[in-house]
Formats: sequence, C-alpha cells, structure tokens
Amino acid sequence: MRIRAWYAGAIALAAGMVAATAAVGQDAASTAQEIEKYRQALQDGNPAELWEARGEGLWKKPAGPKNASLEKCDLGLGPGVVKGAYAQLPRYFADVDRVMDLETRLAHCRVTLHGLTPAQATARPFGSPDNRSDNDALVAWVTSESKGATMNVPSAHAKEKEAFALGEKIFYFRGGPYDFSCATCHAADNTRIRLQDLPNLTKQAGAQLAYTTWPAYRVSQGELRTFQWRLNDCFRQQRFPELGFASDASIALTAFLARNANGAEFKAPTIKR
Amino acid sequence: MHKTLIAAACAAVLAGCAGTGPSGSASDAAVRAKAVETMKTSFKERGIAKLDRLDQDETQSVCSQYSTAAPPKEVAERIEKANMALVKPPSDGKYLGDWKRGEQIAQRGTGFQYSDTRETPVGGNCYACHELSKAEISYGTIGPSLHNFAKIRGYGPDIQKYAWGKVYNAHAYTACSFMPRFGAQGILSEQQLKDVVALLMDPESPVNK
Ligand code: HEC
Ligand code: HEC
Repeated sequence: MRIRAWYAGAIALAAGMVAATAAVGQDAASTAQEIEKYRQALQDGNPAELWEARGEGLWKKPAGPKNASLEKCDLGLGPGVVKGAYAQLPRYFADVDRVMDLETRLAHCRVTLHGLTPAQATARPFGSPDNRSDNDALVAWVTSESKGATMNVPSAHAKEKEAFALGEKIFYFRGGPYDFSCATCHAADNTRIRLQDLPNLTKQAGAQLAYTTWPAYRVSQGELRTFQWRLNDCFRQQRFPELGFASDASIALTAFLARNANGAEFKAPTIKR
Repeated sequence: MHKTLIAAACAAVLAGCAGTGPSGSASDAAVRAKAVETMKTSFKERGIAKLDRLDQDETQSVCSQYSTAAPPKEVAERIEKANMALVKPPSDGKYLGDWKRGEQIAQRGTGFQYSDTRETPVGGNCYACHELSKAEISYGTIGPSLHNFAKIRGYGPDIQKYAWGKVYNAHAYTACSFMPRFGAQGILSEQQLKDVVALLMDPESPVNK
C-alpha cells in the first residue's frame, strides 16, 4: 500500500530524471544532482522492495515437483541462514565440491529442493516488465538480508583461490573486434564514457563502491537489475558473445570482484540511474 | 592450442616476461590458459557475436598479460612493428573524406554488439573516449582530448598520414593502446576512416575551431 503510493511517484520522478539525463547540454554534475534528488525523494523507500517482497515469498512458499520451500537452502552459513550470507559469497561448497555464487547456489537449491531440472532453474535469469524473473526477486531478497553486513568473501579453500585467480585473468582478457577487456573501461581513476563515471575496479575503493551497490533498481529501465545483469551488459558493450548465466567464468569473475570489495559495508539493493 | 600460443608469445619475449615478475611466470601462463578454457565453455554465441570472438590474436594475448602496465620496451616495439605492417593506406592515396559525416561516425556507438545486427550502422564512438568538438560536451575521458588536433599539430601530409595510421591501428604507435583498431579489425570502412580523419584534420572541422 505504502509501496504503491511511492511507486507511482517513483515512476513519475524516474521519467523526469531520464528525460533530464538525456537532455542535450546536461553536464555530469547536474546529472549527478538529479540522481541525488531522486535518491532523497525515495529516502524511505526504494521500488526494489517490490522485488524483495516477492523474493521472500518465493523463498518461503512450497513449490516445484517436490512441493518444498527453499527454507532449507544452505547459502554457505548453514541451511536456511539468509542473514549476512550474500556478503560471504561466492564461496566453496563442500556438498558440490565447487565454488558457487548466489545465482548458482539458488539454482542448485531450486533443483535439489523444488525438484526443478537445471534448465528450468536457470531458464529466466533476467526479467523484463512483461516477463518477470524469479531469480531477480530471490536475489533481491537474499541480498537485502545482507544490508549493513561487512563484505567478507572467503579465500581459504584452494578452489576459492583458483576462482579468484581465474576471475582476475578474465578481467584482463582482451579480445573481440574492439580488443576490449574489463580493464579498458575499469582500470583507471576518474574516467568516464560519455558522461557515465567508470569505477576503477582494480582498486579496492572502486571495487567496493561498485560491488556493494548491486543489485539496484534501475530508474532508466524500471527494473531491478542484479550484479550478473551488470556483467552481462558490460560484456555486450565489450563486443563479446553472451556470458552464460551461472557459468564458471561468471562465478570466477564475480569471485574476483566480490573479494576485492572485502571490508566494505554491503548497501544493496540500491537505486541507480 | 592456446596454451602453446601464449607460451610461444612468452618465449619470444622472454626478457619481457621474466622482467614482469609473477605476471610473466610459467604458472601465470597456466592460469591464463585455464581462464581462456573456462571462458570458451562459459560463453554462448548470440546473434552476430560468435564464439570465435574469444580467439585472441597475438596482440590481444600479449597485451592481456600486461594488464594496466605498459609492456616492456622490446615487447612494445615488436607489437608496434607487427601492427604497423597491418596499416593499409587509402587506395587512392587521399586521407581526407567529409568531416560532417565523420562527426556522425564519431557520435555513433552502435555496431558489433550482440544486440546489433549485420544491418546496424557501425560507428567509431570516438566521443565515448575523447573530447573532439567543443559543441559536444557529452564526451568520455578514457583517451586524451582531440580538440584542436590539427590546429596544434599542423595540417600537413605527415600529420594526415599519422592520423590515418592511428585510427587505422592505434597499436602501430602505442603498443597495447586501449583504443580499438578501427581499420585493422575491419570496424570502419575505408570511406568511414577517411571521414573521421577529415574530422580530425579539416581546417573547417569543429575539432579545429
Ligand atoms: C566499453 C566499455 C566497458 C567495458 C568493456 C566494460 N564496462 Fe563495465 N561499465 C561501463 C559503463 C559505461 C558503466 C556505467 C553504466 C551506467 O552508469 O549506467 C559500467 C558499469 C559497470 C559496473 C557498475 C558500476 C557501479 O558502480 O554501478 C560494474 C561492476 C562493471 N561495469 C563491471 C565490468 C566488468 C567486470 C567488465 C568486464 C567483463 C566491464 N565492466 C566491461 C562500460 C564498460
Ligand atoms: C575505448 C576508447 C577509445 C575509443 C572508442 C577511441 N579512442 Fe582514440 N585513443 C584512446 C586512447 C586511450 C588513446 C591514447 C593512447 C594511444 O595513443 O593509443 C587514444 C589516442 C587517439 C589519438 C592520438 C592522439 C594524439 O595526440 O596523438 C587519436 C588521433 C585518436 N585516439 C582518435 C580516435 C578516433 C578518431 C576515434 C573514433 C573513430 C577514437 N580515437 C576512438 C581511446 C579511444
């Protein structure tokens, strides 16, 4: 109900802000100001809460061929423990003998607990207004339960170390028709593409700023977008093929970026341009 | 296959590889090879973006090793020489096209993404990384400002030739540049290359105003 009211307001504001951002003659400073205004207007609410609420429902409701809920899903801190779990992912899971990020683990639990096939559990990684994604909602809810937690991605296990090392190489891998890598756009301080500021993901401060603020409600899209979505969209701009959802490269790259954010307070879901 | 390619790249520039510490070591090359393998099984072709985009040429694979640092001198010289050999002069010997069309090409950011098709017009997206004309204030800063490019450097044939070569293949002058190789990689056509070179070089272009 409260959500309803400000959601309508949010859409009106969003429309105004997107128009302002697109306007010719708009400079970076005033774009930032618009976003700040928008954030303040939404101080006691973020449309991401709609996804969080739906995700909590999906977590608790018995579903699938096994008609079981996800409440026994072990996200790394023990079965059913959601609080703070995201701040310690990706991590090694002994039951599958591999490193998993949140999305991969959720898909795993939807297979083992709901009884879905792996294909069903990963069928719709990213939603659109007319075709919502359960993954988006579950991720929104699980991440919201880490709000305020300190990023503490483990690296004791050999496979955790390996994932990090592979992720680092993937970050610097140059290829495709434009010779781009993540580092082309994210390895220097204070650069931007057009007017969009680019975080320096090779430094702790930049990685912390970026990683701890996803997922985000994207004003320009009217959608909640996950960190995996962000990676996918950057690979598209990189002129690469499509990064497979819950793939090993995706887990490794996420492990690299998440661990670089260690020590920072997790703040998402947030709101972004 | 890629393992050997990377190993060969390292062997050929052994001094450089050894000199960069862990980033040039054998174990480092092994991790890189594993990363390439992992990527090949993790990506899916989509639309025009096929999996062969993950096949690195030598420049890409060598430059990936030096992450953000410039490669050592011998390596840089080798990369620049190899890329200089790929620069093809315009077929009629004329470097300058139409700066007005060049401005449109500099503005356009589409092309080669899996969200594009073969029919999508391809741009140079120079403004993503460079300031060019003063009228366009929405420009990026990954590359240096190109405002007054020819006004500062001169309008003569040598500079025209340099501008052509730089846009054609940035690595011919700066090994492991972050700038795409617009000619050598077949991103822009010969006519489009002339048009953006005119944007940089024409005295009437807003770049030189
Ligand atoms: C061609 C340029 C380009 C490449 C290559 C690129 N990115 Fe980005 N990235 C951007 C832009 C532009 C933004 C900001 C988008 C915005 O503000 O809407 C961004 C945003 C991000 C963010 C979110 C930052 C934040 O604070 O919200 C992350 C994380 C990120 N990129 C990671 C990556 C990774 C990892 C790679 C490699 C797989 C990569 N990017 C490759 C251009 C690029
Ligand atoms: C992804 C970023 C990027 C894009 C896109 C890009 N450049 Fe660059 N450019 C750079 C960087 C970084 C440098 C500096 C390093 C170097 O010299 O290679 C540079 C350097 C240059 C130089 C040399 C400047 C000098 O003072 O000698 C010219 C000329 C140039 N770019 C023109 C262009 C044109 C024209 C386009 C579009 C067709 C373009 N660039 C697109 C990143 C980019």
